[in-house]
Amino acid sequence: MTSTLKGITLKGSTELVAEFFSFGINSILYQRGIYPPEMFTRVTHYDMSLLLTTDSKLKNYLTNVVSQLKEWLFECTVQKLVLVITCLETNEVLERWQFDIECDKSAKESSAPREKSIKTIQDEIRSVIRQITATVTFLPLLETPCAFDLLVYTDKDLVVPEKWEESGPQIISQSEEVRLRSFTTSIHKVNSMVAYKRADSV
Amino acid sequence: MQQFLESTNHSTRYKHLNCVTLFLTRFKLLHSELDKMAQFGLENDIHSILKLDMPITNAPVARWQRKTSSSNNSGLSCLTPGKSSNVSLSSSKTPSKTPGKGKKTPSKVGADRFIPTRNSNQMDVASFLLTKENEPVDPNNTTSENQKAWSVSLNGFNIEDAKILHLGGKPLNAPEGYRNNLKVLYSQVATPASVKKTRYISSTPERILDAPDLRNDFYLNLLDWSSRNVLAVALHNNVYLWDATQGDITLLMKMDREEDYICSLSWTKEGSYLAVGTSDSTIQLWDVDNQKRLRSMGGHTARVGSLSWNDHILSSGSRSGNIHHHDVRVANHHITTINGHSQEVCGLKWSPDGRYLASGGNDNLVCVWPRVQDGSASNGSQAVHCWSEHQGAVKALAWCPWQPNILASGGGTSDRHIRIWNVNSGSCITSLDTQSQISSLVFAPNYKELVSAHGYAHNNVVIWKYPTLTRVAELNGHEDRVLNLTLSPDCSTVATVAGDETIRLWKSFEVDPVKKAKERMVKSTGGTFHHSIR
Repeated sequence: MTSTLKGITLKGSTELVAEFFSFGINSILYQRGIYPPEMFTRVTHYDMSLLLTTDSKLKNYLTNVVSQLKEWLFECTVQKLVLVITCLETNEVLERWQFDIECDKSAKESSAPREKSIKTIQDEIRSVIRQITATVTFLPLLETPCAFDLLVYTDKDLVVPEKWEESGPQIISQSEEVRLRSFTTSIHKVNSMVAYKRADSV
Repeated sequence: MQQFLESTNHSTRYKHLNCVTLFLTRFKLLHSELDKMAQFGLENDIHSILKLDMPITNAPVARWQRKTSSSNNSGLSCLTPGKSSNVSLSSSKTPSKTPGKGKKTPSKVGADRFIPTRNSNQMDVASFLLTKENEPVDPNNTTSENQKAWSVSLNGFNIEDAKILHLGGKPLNAPEGYRNNLKVLYSQVATPASVKKTRYISSTPERILDAPDLRNDFYLNLLDWSSRNVLAVALHNNVYLWDATQGDITLLMKMDREEDYICSLSWTKEGSYLAVGTSDSTIQLWDVDNQKRLRSMGGHTARVGSLSWNDHILSSGSRSGNIHHHDVRVANHHITTINGHSQEVCGLKWSPDGRYLASGGNDNLVCVWPRVQDGSASNGSQAVHCWSEHQGAVKALAWCPWQPNILASGGGTSDRHIRIWNVNSGSCITSLDTQSQISSLVFAPNYKELVSAHGYAHNNVVIWKYPTLTRVAELNGHEDRVLNLTLSPDCSTVATVAGDETIRLWKSFEVDPVKKAKERMVKSTGGTFHHSIR
């Protein structure tokens, strides 16, 4: 841990943020009941119990997205990651988890590590994930079978990689928004927010 | 030209003052336009209006609107705001921001402009319409500006600044049949013994057997399941045995005469002998292992529709209303005749402890008779209880295996009630209207439930919780009235035979092995439900 105490580099920050997204997405999928609980297994990370999917297909899909995201994080070309939950039957967007990513592009030029310990960052991440877990108490119940999609907002000049497609923003027409905590690695800052369909508009 | 305009004005003078002012503003506009246009468009228009050989349709109606919006006049209109700025209340910079409004409103205002009451706001609208609405929308300027505004307000980001990407292919769906519910959220923590498991009762039969030529007669008892797991069924004049373990079918016997038929079947407790009551008033005893008739016992004067074993005593009920006790060990088998019923005896059951015989008849009576003492013939013919509460024929009778003094009885179409009796006290504990003819009852000890078979109107099987008599499940599927019901020796399955000539096996009472072992102990001490002595 001595090396981490020195500070954080762009590479390390990328790893941390990507890891956060991996756990965050898994947590949302589990907590919101998009997939049956049998498809998840308990792991301990960030000094807390987290759930990761065991389904190979889902795992594969998430790994693909997160590894691509990692590249973009490293290049500082990513602006947002959005997890959209849609109703399977009507394709209506019911929930939208938005993670705004602010990249400090100056970190690309200067490789000097920033002064922030990994522990502080992980503490911040933990409180975000705790909040995600806590949201189930106020988010409306997803009564229909749902699917999810991951949208990544990138810089305009980015070359779209193979298998990736452009998409619409999938905004909820009448939504309630709740801001969650944010965390920063001092290179990447992640603001979290969840928007959900207002109950009276249904 | 002026005259023409003024004449139009005269015609509208009687209108509301606002209306007049509206027109006045228009005239001002027109005046200013006329100054500019002078000899061009307007004059041509007036000419064309005045010429009768020209199509008139496009002339007077909304003349100024069409004119000003037409492309060749756009340049002129553009200039008007400056000239009519003394009238205009809105700034000349606004239109690009609200193009949608400008396009929508004119027709509306034009349509209701003769409505006398207007609020003062309308003046602004009017002046706006006159000055700005027809201003050409600068396509380059507004679209880009609009798009930006729209995209920021709608998408939360500027389309110029970012790309939205997602990994191709469909996002993965949850497995088929998975439903997200509250349970998923809150039942995660393993909480042992927190919720009592309600067992699953299949709504479909485990097996359906064909029963061709089955007599659809309510008063007969044509189905019995032995302790050796052999199901006996009488199909007209044949008795078939179906080995539930092996699945083999054997034809045990066939009556010689075609017009005769089997009326009742009853296994001994051990399951090695079968008593068969027939329409020719005899009772036949069959050794199933050897497929051999042991003896034939007469004595009745009418068909024998019900049989019940109590060790070596076989009791038989007849259409004559008589119940006979036979000692099958001795040559002179007939011990006693009970003459308690005035009509056909269709229900007959010995209690599991062998102390009482319950009988039900077409005379709507339920009677309980004492055990026959060897050698004392007179004793057995005096009823312990005789209840007349039922309003229909009593065929369904069942003794509770875990409470030997409890008898359940069910009435026919005109009664439809299940009644639970306490034989010791002679009182009716509960009664329940089932809304359907009851043809058979049986207690299922695995879950302490009562099972009833129904004819008209529902033709189904109902499982009731005992003693509350709350409905646990309904087994639907028979297409005709269910005639008989019998429980398998392991008490896990119930077999029903119905007028649709099928036998259906319903595995509704399966237990986990731990409970099963316990249940077996109870059975060995308490005896089987069907026929036992103690």
